[in-house]
Amino acid sequence: MSDHTTHKEPLLRVSKRRELTKRQAFGVKMISLLLALIAGGIFLAVLGFNPFVIYGTIVSGAFRSKLAVQGTVKLMIPLLISALGVTLAYKMQFWNIGAEGQIIMGAVFASYFALFHSNWPRPVLLIVMLLAAMIGGGIWGLIPAFFKNKWNTNETLFTLMLNYIALHIISFLRDGPWRDPANPGFAKIATFEENATLPKLFGVHIGWLIALILFVLVYIYLKYTKQGYEISVIGGSKATANYAGMHVKKIIIRTIFLSGAICGIAGFSNAAGSDLTLATGVAGGVGFTAIIVAWLADLEPLGILVVSFLFAVLDKGSSVIQSAYGLSTDCSDVLEGIILFFVIAGGFFVRYRFVPRKRKEEKGGENA
Amino acid sequence: MNFWVNFIVAAVVAGTPLLFGTLGEIMNERVGHLNLGVEGMMSLGAIAGFMVGYKTDNFALAMIAAFLSGAAGALVYAVVTVTFMANHTVAGLTLTIFGIGLTNVIGFHYLGMSESGTLKLPEQITQQMRSIHIEGLSDIPVIGDLLFQYNPFVYLGIVFAILLALFYNRTKAGLNVIAIGENPAAADAAGVHVTAWKYVNIVIGGGICGIGGAFTIMITNGGVWISDCVGGLGWIAVALVIFATWKPMNAIWGAFVFGAMRILKYYVNKEIIHIPDAFYDMLPFLVTAIILVVVSVRQVKDKAQPAACGTNYFREDR
Amino acid sequence: MSEQYAIECRGITKIFGGKVTANDHVDLQLKFGEILALLGENGSGKTTLMNMLSGIYRPDGGTIFVRGEEVFINSPVDAMNLGIGMIHQHFKLVNVFSAMDNIAIGTKGRRLSTAKMREKIREISSRFGLEVDPDKKIYDMSVSEKQTVEILKVLYRGSDILILDEPTAVLTPQETEKLFAILKKMRDEGKAIIIITHKLNEVMEISDRVSVLRKGKSVASVNTAETDELKLTELMVGHSVDLSIRRPETDKKDGVLKVSGLSVTGAEGMKMLKDVSFEVKGGEILGVAGVAGSGQKELCEAITGLIPFEQGSVKLEDTELKGKSPFEILNLGVSISFVPEDRLGMGLVSSMGITDNMLLRTYYKTPGLFIDRKPAKEMADKLIDRLQILTPGTETPVRLLSGGNVQKVLLGREIESAPRVLITAYAVRGLDINSSYAIYDLLNEQKEKGVAVLNIGEDLDVLLALCDRILVLCHGEVTGIVDAKNTTKEQLGLLMTGIKQEKEAAHV
Repeated sequence: MSDHTTHKEPLLRVSKRRELTKRQAFGVKMISLLLALIAGGIFLAVLGFNPFVIYGTIVSGAFRSKLAVQGTVKLMIPLLISALGVTLAYKMQFWNIGAEGQIIMGAVFASYFALFHSNWPRPVLLIVMLLAAMIGGGIWGLIPAFFKNKWNTNETLFTLMLNYIALHIISFLRDGPWRDPANPGFAKIATFEENATLPKLFGVHIGWLIALILFVLVYIYLKYTKQGYEISVIGGSKATANYAGMHVKKIIIRTIFLSGAICGIAGFSNAAGSDLTLATGVAGGVGFTAIIVAWLADLEPLGILVVSFLFAVLDKGSSVIQSAYGLSTDCSDVLEGIILFFVIAGGFFVRYRFVPRKRKEEKGGENA
Repeated sequence: MNFWVNFIVAAVVAGTPLLFGTLGEIMNERVGHLNLGVEGMMSLGAIAGFMVGYKTDNFALAMIAAFLSGAAGALVYAVVTVTFMANHTVAGLTLTIFGIGLTNVIGFHYLGMSESGTLKLPEQITQQMRSIHIEGLSDIPVIGDLLFQYNPFVYLGIVFAILLALFYNRTKAGLNVIAIGENPAAADAAGVHVTAWKYVNIVIGGGICGIGGAFTIMITNGGVWISDCVGGLGWIAVALVIFATWKPMNAIWGAFVFGAMRILKYYVNKEIIHIPDAFYDMLPFLVTAIILVVVSVRQVKDKAQPAACGTNYFREDR
Repeated sequence: MSEQYAIECRGITKIFGGKVTANDHVDLQLKFGEILALLGENGSGKTTLMNMLSGIYRPDGGTIFVRGEEVFINSPVDAMNLGIGMIHQHFKLVNVFSAMDNIAIGTKGRRLSTAKMREKIREISSRFGLEVDPDKKIYDMSVSEKQTVEILKVLYRGSDILILDEPTAVLTPQETEKLFAILKKMRDEGKAIIIITHKLNEVMEISDRVSVLRKGKSVASVNTAETDELKLTELMVGHSVDLSIRRPETDKKDGVLKVSGLSVTGAEGMKMLKDVSFEVKGGEILGVAGVAGSGQKELCEAITGLIPFEQGSVKLEDTELKGKSPFEILNLGVSISFVPEDRLGMGLVSSMGITDNMLLRTYYKTPGLFIDRKPAKEMADKLIDRLQILTPGTETPVRLLSGGNVQKVLLGREIESAPRVLITAYAVRGLDINSSYAIYDLLNEQKEKGVAVLNIGEDLDVLLALCDRILVLCHGEVTGIVDAKNTTKEQLGLLMTGIKQEKEAAHV
């Protein structure tokens, strides 16, 4: 009955290990990152580029001039803001992949005031736009949260659909009600008047200041407030939260609104700071990249600050590579993907390990 | 009459890439892996199919390349989620970003080298991937148009769906696979090779997605490479899986219904019905969102997502 | 190898997560044509050992022989090929499948037509006296039907070495009897059977031999005919049957927690509690006994407001709790503390340290937007010191602590709020003897403070030694409330199986 396969141990098997400490886990992450860079280098080499030159150019490209640094910061702003936003949802284990749509709706709501109330005093107008963006993004988050609470509707797929619905809302506005009459040939929404755009500080629109303030606020919110504590508890276990007397559904609604609202601010900053109009590309994939940023940073605000900066360097550097070597800017997406693959795979080693087959030769003789 | 025939034919063609994506994702979710990388795997299939077609001028080789490339993307996902037990949502999302990025990098790379400034498939392969014509059958009015004059992808997709349905409903292995998605611990204890079957299904599913991706360049764009060629179809496919209640046969008509929604705007008389184009573009997503809610409101046990979907399995977990 | 054993284990060792030694050089022999009872306390390593025989776990040391040959059981497939089949305590069934499909999963050969499959199942069923509808979906089945499917799965594969993990824990007495008849039939056909249990009467009734595990080590193997329950208990526990749990005398105060006519309907429309009435006095421990799933969980959760109930009332010192949310109940001023069964999934946040877990029940009480961690940190330090909790620090995630230390954190926090009522569910499950005694002492300490303690338990000996009175639940109904001092285990056992108490004995 027994066949010969049962006489061998597998070459490698997985076993749970004593969990690594935070410091060791960080070490694992750094090793993963290094391996990712090597893998990325191999990819570049296959394409026929010298990886050292490309990596070097990415770094130098992001910092080579004052203008380049400003460009890097500009790329970092929406990434940082929306990564902070999605973090609130993910801490609660709410699998929100709708940041893209929330960014768009934030931009749409803000743009209404930019387009139709541009005569308001600039500070008032900008603050109203900011608030409108928060409400827009927040509502876009509330919809799936409501259905999740009520019927346990799958939030991952729902938020995904809302991304596209939001995108087509912009194209609807562009083709119809908000179409710029001054541009008869090609449907677009009018450029904002200067009154409705974010002023610059040190050469970059003040979105960077908003992002930094948000970073501080989210950091404090998660770490030191009761509401932040509630988010962590729900993320740990909903049953525990219930047991502790928390109003779980109310907290979910509140948190997802905040999460969406923060992403909405990213939309506002992109529209009023970078694009100076409302375009279909206002989110441009930032909502998805933000999730990767948040995940790489283990949902820690400080880590998000660092990772979003590194990703911005990668993005900016890639655009330099495009002009210098003709390699598409999408190269940064590839590298980001490789990094994340390695890092999330590396997370395995925090809790598990591979056990190699024990040598059995000397024992084998006994049985034969 | 003619109008309806044209409309249905167009819907079938528009739904075909969705059918591939949906079948691929069904194979993933059936073994418990919510793979949000469909868009990425389709993109990888698109560029591989296109480039091999471009270089070899051979349709069959292009198809194989598309399949292998989608499968390779899925393999990365499988290694990360099955063996390294990473979060499915994040891994899938990464695969999408990575897949689209890589596709564009390669595409632009070759575009930069082409003299004409465009990348277009050569003549012979374009002939091979054109709609079939069967003497006699295709000439039957209405029925011939409706059934016997599509491009090879359409038939391939339907054949895949039927094979997959037979696999699930008629074979022991299919039963085992469904068990994995519902309760991997039960399948494991019963002697099913959970890890191996997960790999097989995820990888083949990725390959099928890859073929769907190739369709978007070869048919939808008429053999001309453009960046972001899949354009969100992968995400609709993820949604369609719900619409199809995880059943391959439902995926066939589901894909064609969604195909109809995609082309609806070209067939509505705009003089009479004044609805902006954006609404039609939004329709598939809106419908899916509504279906999601409806499905969650009426919880039917046999029509729900495989119970273990989105979770990792480690045998020694208690 | 002089004698051909069905299974022989030599020096099996299994260490979990590099820290918990679940099996320590365990030896075991099983012959064909015998039923071997594997006896041991909770956490003595019985299930771990069996999981290694069925390919779920891999041993870290030792050798296994099947039919006299050394084998490496790397997966359930290997176990199956060796003719070993295990019926797990937590059934491994696919809910949306029929019995038939569940039996077919993973078997060799082509998929049979439903008619053929039905025929085959009927054949096996009638041979051993099993009853099951092959077309019934698992989600429509009762526990005992599910178990029957599990047994059929093993038989269908032609296994001749069967392992049953606590098969009677979820069964009624009648069902248990039926199961035993089936097992005896199998033995008479020459199959080798291991049954895991910690119920002594069952060991005596069903087994030919008994192997006893204690704290992961094999203690003894004896012929059932040559032993008795007392000797077995001694082997199992390692010291005399006298558990020597303190039961201090206290002044009882009436009317602290009064439950009357409580009925709860579960998620599937099943009555989980039917007209339950009882009182817990201040300064007393009321034990709750019953077969697993008799309504214990619902009882705890209804009292603490976690699930709503439609009928009856729960009164805490004249305050009606019906219709109140957990939050409102927490804020009454007179507090109910609750140590739930699922410690890391409900009582604590596993990823947080002790400090943040201390905050769980009190964080909202301080004014303002911000959380005040200082008192929580002090409380954490105090508990670590007082209850001798072993942890690298107050910020180490509690999931990394051992079971006993986790329970000390949870119980310690609950006691810290100076409750009037303390509810504990399976407070010592999975804990070693020392930790268990520490927990008993804590419960007695509360009792002496005048707290009304409701203690859901599973070990009848412990309930009889620790509690003042014991309430017995069966299928959501109270079958009796008895005085622990003059009640025997057998009497409790009868009540648990639904044989209601005589009127005379009812008043205590």
